Amino acid sequence: MSDRLVIPQDVIAGIREQAVAEAPNEACGYLRGADGVVTGRIRMTNVDASPEHFSLDPQEQFAALKDVRQRGEHLLAVYHSHPETPARMSDEDIRLANDPGTIYVIHSLADGRTRGFRVDRTKTVLDVPIEIVSGTGSSEPDDMGGSSHG
Amino acid sequence: MKTTINGVEKEIDGTTSVLRLLEVEDVESPDMVAVQLNGAILDRSQYADTTLKDGDVVEFLYFMGGGA
Repeated sequence: MSDRLVIPQDVIAGIREQAVAEAPNEACGYLRGADGVVTGRIRMTNVDASPEHFSLDPQEQFAALKDVRQRGEHLLAVYHSHPETPARMSDEDIRLANDPGTIYVIHSLADGRTRGFRVDRTKTVLDVPIEIVSGTGSSEPDDMGGSSHG
Repeated sequence: MKTTINGVEKEIDGTTSVLRLLEVEDVESPDMVAVQLNGAILDRSQYADTTLKDGDVVEFLYFMGGGA
């Protein structure tokens, strides 16, 4: 379990592009890689199609899990956008954060920040530092569905 | 008997239910987990009554969601 994430700049830019394209709804996806180093982004469908909520489609989640396993990688983090609120864990984010092993990355269109968090089993929110490095990741997202993306 | 759990071969005993497997795998809230058994997603109501068989392939992961 990594205590920090290294994310290529072009992956961050891709998250932002997706967030803008899917606004006013929240955008979401996974970051894949190994040893805390992100190598690519997996765009997922927000089945809630909502400005205030997101949920991943379990079928797409299983497809993403198998895809990264075949690559010899892991799902390092799940990301979503906050179209109008800051990059912090909201009460709803914390309530629905069930996996203490997952890093939650939030990109805010309101403040432009991208931050990482982990939520332990007592629902305590822990910051996960993100180091942004010049782009060596896959600039194009893997798609696990998401026909509604603009 | 031999099963594959999230891509890893594991030996389990022949009376293990999906619910018991999740407990063994340190899942605190089985209701928050989606389970795929041999490629088909199981309804949560089936976790306790579904007993695993030799050769079964099980994938499980947490539902992911949030707010703003």
